[in-house]
Amino acid sequence: MSQAASYKWERFTFSERLARFAVFLGFAIALSLSMRSVQIIPEFLYDAPTQVADLFKRMWPMDFAYYPEGIHHAMMETLHIATLGTLLAIVMAIPIGVLGANNIVHFPLLNWFSKLILVSSRSVNSLVWALLFVAVFGPGPLAGTVCIGFRSIGFVGKLFAEALEEVDPGPIEALTASGAPWFSIFLKGYWPQAAPAFWGVFLFRWDINVRESAVIGLVGAGGIGMVLDTALNLFFWNRVSVILLSIFVVVILAELLVTAIRKRII
Amino acid sequence: MTADTAKNFGPAFKTNWWARAGWLAGFLYAAYAANYLDVSWARFLQGLGNGAAFLAEMVPPNFSRWELLAANLIETVEIAIIASAFGILFSLPVGLLAARNLMPSWITWPFRAFIALCRSFHPVIFAILFVKAVGFGPLAGILTLIFASIGFIGKLFTEAIEEISLKPLEALRAAGAPFMSVIIYAVLPQVLNRFIGFSSYQLDANLRNSTMVGIVGAGGIGGTLFAAFQRFDYDFLAAILISIIALVMLSEFISTRIKRVFQ
Repeated sequence: MSQAASYKWERFTFSERLARFAVFLGFAIALSLSMRSVQIIPEFLYDAPTQVADLFKRMWPMDFAYYPEGIHHAMMETLHIATLGTLLAIVMAIPIGVLGANNIVHFPLLNWFSKLILVSSRSVNSLVWALLFVAVFGPGPLAGTVCIGFRSIGFVGKLFAEALEEVDPGPIEALTASGAPWFSIFLKGYWPQAAPAFWGVFLFRWDINVRESAVIGLVGAGGIGMVLDTALNLFFWNRVSVILLSIFVVVILAELLVTAIRKRII
Repeated sequence: MTADTAKNFGPAFKTNWWARAGWLAGFLYAAYAANYLDVSWARFLQGLGNGAAFLAEMVPPNFSRWELLAANLIETVEIAIIASAFGILFSLPVGLLAARNLMPSWITWPFRAFIALCRSFHPVIFAILFVKAVGFGPLAGILTLIFASIGFIGKLFTEAIEEISLKPLEALRAAGAPFMSVIIYAVLPQVLNRFIGFSSYQLDANLRNSTMVGIVGAGGIGGTLFAAFQRFDYDFLAAILISIIALVMLSEFISTRIKRVFQ
């Protein structure tokens, strides 16, 4: 009894606490080093409120008359780039996701190769992808569509591969035992189990792509970003504010749409 | 015998006409959108030719200006770390104030609107506005990524808080605990692990985005990258891209390690 009373309960072991402390210490050291060496000009910070006030003053009144003549077409282009790019990503991500699922493809080398493609797709930012494809295809929506497609492979492929790895092996065993060919096993064994996750990922990515396709035009890849870039370079701030407002509205509508569809199908 | 079975039970798998119509609609849409965007096979093939020339110029990558490259990478990492620290710091109160099960609606709605505003614009748009507000340089990038972090962590943290069990809160309130004690002893223990998870993910995301904000002049390696593009300096560009991918992979490795520590 007395032994139980002297027993000290601890949530974490010593090494766990040490590891946590090491993470916090490491972050604190990195932060202080960064704060000391980063080049910030304090005068610019003091000046910021004046500059922001000036910015809003120039943005007002908004030039709504510009929407029908200059913005609407570009906005539709942006939405088409996002949708077509997401479809392109799916076409490319399905085979790569299948290659990456280690319960379907049993060659570690192929799994690893697929992971490499997925990681490279995700690590390069959408604007950098856009720059690359503008260099390849020239400015315009083609570069934007391919950019959105390549940028999304990593996200869609990774989550699709994970969904495939989590399927219940029962139906697959049954299909294999009855002598079904490989494609039927995939279509009737794996796909029905992974499909809800897949469509969820598709919708989620489309939502992200609407945001991204609104900015890739800044480097020339088509859509509303090109109109924004022109307005910024010409200092038409009252047009910039209309463009930003319309991007905001479209993004919010896309999010509401995706939430509504997800509630229906999942 | 087999014909009999087929007659009694029909085909093993029923044709799903809705799914087929869906695929058809998808194809029709793709054709329409490709036409609208003036995307054609001929242009695509022509681009592939350009792409081959482009890739040929990128090989071998030119690391001769490694000092510039290293200085830029360090600045990129600095932007990500400072922005994450402040973003995490600010998103904790913002997330708490936006949770509908803790606060009255007149407090939550302005904070929810703020989070929605931070989330709806891509970081690049914030970067442009901050470059106008505080001038070129890393400060604009840091401010941009602070807002992006508040948008992401704030939203997920609010959702996590809204899912917590309210029983410990009730117990503490019944015992007469003041508001801050309720937050510290009943709310935070339930969500802190997830908060750390979101934060480490955001640190990763900030590093990726800090490689890009430089394209509009907000500091980090993006500025050098954009300059290399505009000067057709493609072998240096290849070196920059390789180092960005290596940096992101390294940070992904570190953040998986950190996640394991906090599990």
